[in-house]
Amino acid sequence: MEKFQTFTGIVAPLDRANVDTDAIIPKQFLKSIKRSGFGVNLFDEWRYLDHGEPDMDVSKRQINPDFVLNQKRYQGTQILLARDNFGCGSSREHAPWALQDYGFKVIIAPSFADIFFNNCFKIGLLPITLDHSLMDRLFNAVNEVEGYVLTVDLQTQTLTTPAGERFTFVVDTFRKHCLINGLDEIGLTLQHAGKIKQFEQKRRAEQPWLFS
Amino acid sequence: MQKTLYDKLWDQHVVHAESDEANGMVLLYIDRHLVHEVTSPQAFESLKMAGRKPWRIDSILAVADHNVPTTDRAHGISDPISRLQVDTLDQNCAALGITEFKMSDQRQGIVHVIGPEQGATLPGMTVVCGDSHTSTHGAFGCLAFGIGTSEVEHVLATQCLVTQKSKSMRIAVEGELGLGVTAKDIALAIIGEIGTAGGTGYAIEFAGSAIEALSMEGRMTLCNMAIEAGARAGMVAVDETTISYIKGRPFAPQGELWSQAVKYWRTLHSDPGAAFDRTLVINAADIKPQVTWGTSPEMVTTIDGFVPNPAEVSDAVKRQDMEKALQYMGLEPGVPIQSISIDKVFIGSCTNSRIEDLRAAAQVVDGKHVASSVKLALVVPGSGLVKHQAEREGLDKIFLAAGFEWREPGCSMCLAMNDDRLNRGERCASTSNRNFEGRQGPGGRTHLVSPAMAAAAAIAGRFVDVRTMN
Ligand code: SF4
Repeated sequence: MEKFQTFTGIVAPLDRANVDTDAIIPKQFLKSIKRSGFGVNLFDEWRYLDHGEPDMDVSKRQINPDFVLNQKRYQGTQILLARDNFGCGSSREHAPWALQDYGFKVIIAPSFADIFFNNCFKIGLLPITLDHSLMDRLFNAVNEVEGYVLTVDLQTQTLTTPAGERFTFVVDTFRKHCLINGLDEIGLTLQHAGKIKQFEQKRRAEQPWLFS
Repeated sequence: MQKTLYDKLWDQHVVHAESDEANGMVLLYIDRHLVHEVTSPQAFESLKMAGRKPWRIDSILAVADHNVPTTDRAHGISDPISRLQVDTLDQNCAALGITEFKMSDQRQGIVHVIGPEQGATLPGMTVVCGDSHTSTHGAFGCLAFGIGTSEVEHVLATQCLVTQKSKSMRIAVEGELGLGVTAKDIALAIIGEIGTAGGTGYAIEFAGSAIEALSMEGRMTLCNMAIEAGARAGMVAVDETTISYIKGRPFAPQGELWSQAVKYWRTLHSDPGAAFDRTLVINAADIKPQVTWGTSPEMVTTIDGFVPNPAEVSDAVKRQDMEKALQYMGLEPGVPIQSISIDKVFIGSCTNSRIEDLRAAAQVVDGKHVASSVKLALVVPGSGLVKHQAEREGLDKIFLAAGFEWREPGCSMCLAMNDDRLNRGERCASTSNRNFEGRQGPGGRTHLVSPAMAAAAAIAGRFVDVRTMN
């Protein structure tokens, strides 16, 4: 995993609640056995007017000019603003893969679906939860100011606006540690291999039917 | 201290707890790992690239379900991309010695149907799968939840997950359900009440006399939909219904081990007076057959209800979502649900494709015929064994005589990764769990209902109250 570093990025607003992972990356793209290349199909149903299938030549597709990410002012965006319950539905990790592959590093929403939230951390994408009133202010600011940016500093857990205003956000210590240092979680867990073996032996003795 | 069922299951599986600073992150031991073709290829590949091997092969059970055709399988899968994904699973399982039910195996089916059917899901276990509807297995008094592909790899490599405990919620459904009202209606009614984010951050225990009266199939339907309420896990305490369902299943313990297991399983319930972070009580008698009208499972009403009017909603975000949903669904506010006509019917998915679901649907259609306006009515059993059982009971004949198609098991039109799908603008009465935009095919319009309600809609060509059908 890449280390998460402080950056300043363009913010794009996706003003709807309950955005599900089917919308983030539709199922026809889940047939891939690879981990990369999902970015061009991020929000496929909303982003294009024609129906997308894997292996299509994207340059020939009909762009939906009304969809927010297709607007010129949001090109190169790295921070997505969203509404409540972002990432609900299917557990597909393809959703965070697609967001990351598109270029997003941070998603900010008032609330996230559990599995999606979790999946983001596993790949180095940072989901940030802010309260509703702050979210409303950010949505307004992004709509008003073209090229609106935020600076994300995970170390100090702050978002800084162009005017220098700072908001703090909460993040779990362990996850923060993994993100900042780009740690491989499996490697970390295997440091406890002895403990896992011991636990397993005890379990085998107490509940042998689980091991037959 | 009085413990909830969730506390008991959790405590049994904590291998290691990080210090306080880590906000309650623990290493949780996983007993059963179910694997399907869509969310596993990248995990197997990373594992191999890192030079790692699965920790405990015998904890894994694999099956291809999402991409498989539901029509004749003699010629394999025609879509080359789908085929590659299924072949990749076959190869990974063969190379590592993982038990897999292949497409030609009668035991093949939807992963959440076959786990319990085989007795591979047992009370007291932790069960994970790279699939959100893993919550289904909680019906057996186990802790079951969906994980992402990175976590699939993590469990393969370490038999553990790095995770945090959720808050606990108890939803009690008390009293008796009305005739024609099912577990699916309970699930939709609960989601209608608490919303699709109402369970976020919680593990839900379903309890109360109406839940105790449910069969294991019904409990699975309910726990299956816990994820649609935002909860990561749903669960039901172990009782005689649970134990008698498991007895004699191929992966279930036998003889001395069986008695030993049952003794432990009987402790898997919340202690009287155990504290929950949130509780909710619902009166079973108040629940009517449910039909969704929008593009989120919380956009639901009763069969005698009407499509709601966004103009009456004060919250701006919510109003906008409703407007978008109605536009997508091609519905006007104020329209009676019973006047909405349908193009297709889908009876299947991990929510409602078990024998009891098929029996309920067959009972409604017996001796009748699908309306001529309905283009396609599909029955897709959850597994080869469910299909076989249904055929032994003659249910296939009832469906076929009524004009339904009788298919091979798989996910099918629940998410339309194979050839079964809605065309743009088509409206479907579906027993699946998600009515998201495009879920059953791009531009397709899904209304979630119970199997009996889907069957009734097939006959009438529109939504009707199954309670008024004879
Ligand atoms: S039936 Fe539908 S919800 Fe269930 S596992 Fe298959 S695709 Fe997922």
